[in-house]
Amino acid sequence: MFPEADEQGMPVMDLDSQKYIKIWQGPNHPGVTGNMSLELTISGDEIMHAKTHVGYLHRGFEKLFERRRYIQCFPTCIRMCVPEPDINEYNLARGTELLAGIDVPPMADWIRMLVLEMARLQVLLRMVPGQAGTIGLGLGAQWGLYYRELILDRFEELTGGRIYHMYILPGGVRGLLPDGFKDRLEDNLKKVESFMKDIDRLIYSNAVFKKRTKGIGIIPNDWIEPYGITGPVARAAGYQTDIRLDYPYLFYNQLEFDYNLEHESDVFARFRVRRKDVDTTVDLLRQIMAKMPDKGDFKAETPNVLHWKVPKGETIVRCESSRGEYTFYMVADGSMYPRRINLRGPSYTHAVAVLEKLLINANISDVSPIMVSLATCPPEIER
Amino acid sequence: MSEKKQTEQDKFLAPENKKHTVIGPDGEEIQVDPLNDYFCTDLPKVEAPYKGVLEKFLNWARAESLWVLSYGTGCGSIELPPLFSPRFDAYRFGVAMRPTPRQSGVLIISGYLAVKTLKRVIRSYEQMQNPKYVIALGSCTINGGMYWDSYNTINRLDHYLPVDVYIAGCMPRPEAILAGFNKLKERIKSGNAEGANEYIEKLEWYKANQKKIIKDWNMPTYNW
Amino acid sequence: MNELIDHIKARFPIYDVIESQPGQIFVSLEASKLIPMITSLKTNHGFTVLVIFTAVDWIEDDKFQITYVLNNPKEKQDLGIRVFIHRDDATMESIHHLWKHAATFQRELKEMFGIDFPGSPGVDDPFLLEGWDNIPPMRRDFDTKKYSEETYFPRPGRETNDPATFMKQMLYPDD
Repeated sequence: MFPEADEQGMPVMDLDSQKYIKIWQGPNHPGVTGNMSLELTISGDEIMHAKTHVGYLHRGFEKLFERRRYIQCFPTCIRMCVPEPDINEYNLARGTELLAGIDVPPMADWIRMLVLEMARLQVLLRMVPGQAGTIGLGLGAQWGLYYRELILDRFEELTGGRIYHMYILPGGVRGLLPDGFKDRLEDNLKKVESFMKDIDRLIYSNAVFKKRTKGIGIIPNDWIEPYGITGPVARAAGYQTDIRLDYPYLFYNQLEFDYNLEHESDVFARFRVRRKDVDTTVDLLRQIMAKMPDKGDFKAETPNVLHWKVPKGETIVRCESSRGEYTFYMVADGSMYPRRINLRGPSYTHAVAVLEKLLINANISDVSPIMVSLATCPPEIER
Repeated sequence: MSEKKQTEQDKFLAPENKKHTVIGPDGEEIQVDPLNDYFCTDLPKVEAPYKGVLEKFLNWARAESLWVLSYGTGCGSIELPPLFSPRFDAYRFGVAMRPTPRQSGVLIISGYLAVKTLKRVIRSYEQMQNPKYVIALGSCTINGGMYWDSYNTINRLDHYLPVDVYIAGCMPRPEAILAGFNKLKERIKSGNAEGANEYIEKLEWYKANQKKIIKDWNMPTYNW
Repeated sequence: MNELIDHIKARFPIYDVIESQPGQIFVSLEASKLIPMITSLKTNHGFTVLVIFTAVDWIEDDKFQITYVLNNPKEKQDLGIRVFIHRDDATMESIHHLWKHAATFQRELKEMFGIDFPGSPGVDDPFLLEGWDNIPPMRRDFDTKKYSEETYFPRPGRETNDPATFMKQMLYPDD
């Protein structure tokens, strides 16, 4: 059944021979994560060749940054990853601080850590039950959206925005926690914990879910470094990586947690890593709330942001997003405008090089479980 | 279509869409021109609304069952799943998600449109059945929003598709989207939501605007 | 980290060594020496992960800076390598044989900057743009505002103010 290869090693598939059909999955398709598309050549149910097409969300952010001052970059940059915008704010703020040599007060760092972990929790509440949604079990996804709303309520109380927060700025954060915020967050965390028990009963021990996800989309261990795979996908293959532990930023070195590892490296293993990540995140939020000081300075002195000349230099900033390593490369040329800000998110390799390879010989009904388990997020590929 | 235009279009076609010869099961040769053979090349006609009570009744029926094409074109699509979750529950307004354009009557443009997406959106819009309505979410569809100077996103959606309701905000909250649905209902019931007919009346103007920015136009003028 | 830099210095002509953060060093190198150096870093020194692969346009010097940031996951070190090439005939050697996802980066650089990587698989395929007929958009001589105003029917009534002068007028109207 395998197609013959031409001189360059590309498979030759004559569509008129009626053995192969070319179909498009996306951009308008309920099973595709976000606005991207896959060009699949299938023979029967089996995928012979897959090609990812991205660019449907390309806004040219990296060009727009050339025309914006550092503070004007903030509202633009958070739109680079729609489900989890806070990592962009943090990375840009941290990069600007490193380039300009600003020290951040510890209180601001604690609040930043709280915001980042809340953002991670709200993404995971969408992503963990959403994995079952791809094989037709949409109930858990509906429940998960309700519990995500609870976290979004806390965000709204803290920052004023549901999705885009603009809370982390260079030099610190925009404000302190409101009165009673910790109690209300603790209430929400308890609800989330009881919900995760329901999810365990609904999905974890569901025979159909196990049958559909075990042994599907296996990423071999020797792909991880050559393909640059990071985050939960790498941890599901038994590869120890977590930016929070490897390159501790903020105060993550004062918290107690460990790598969530699995070894099967299939869709089910990735689901289990994310399921464990929810517990870790809830635990981390509790630790942060217990350890953070009540009062303190939350913003360092910065120059007037409207004509702030950041000295010449270049740096890399990285943090752990819910999908993997999230890196900014920033170059300043001593003017008021950044010379270059480049983002490299985990989806850049997960959704293009890895997915194209992983889909070969997969069944066509397994495309969306595999895509969702890789957590592909198109806006961060195209920016 | 003139000869010159045809060759220009051929440049952008995918190999399987170019004119080619297929050998049939009995060895006969069949000439295939996919663009003309697989698509309807006729242009649509204006469907005048009925008059009096009948139209009122039809408009009431249309307004109470809005089926939305679930096509997340931009950031705003992150607020659409919560809309159908227990807290906001758009189903009580008669709003439901449909996966295909053939079954849906409302197209939600959720935010900015890159040129590459605009091509797919136009195609989806033209494949929808009459009567059809467009809701535009976010300030990016009104004047470009924060991407007003970007080289790859459009500034005004109403130059490319007839828009019924704009919902401002970046991004609009689910409550605002529900209010937008109510506004659309009022508009349909009052008989003003004739976007589909307007699109056909001014088809030349719309197509000229669309072809100005979609430089690799490789589909029929109107995708049925 | 310093031992490593001394070791590389003995074998390759690197200059402009800057430590931007602890465990993070940027060096500059001649373009022709790049492939031997990163091959040696990958095989002998444990820099097995390619984190960043991007370009910066220094139009005033008529140069493109290509940055490769390699990561050593065991020692937790980052090494950024800067390579400068001319803007006019922007061609660079491909590294797709070292990292599988490098081909994606090279496809994007070809489209966005016009830097060619001969031999890289699929480097001429469009990646993000469709039907683009202007100069590559990430080059600094491409004016995105002008292009947008000419192409996309801007809605009248939008004024752009320089924030500094605008705030000065608002706060100190008498000056």
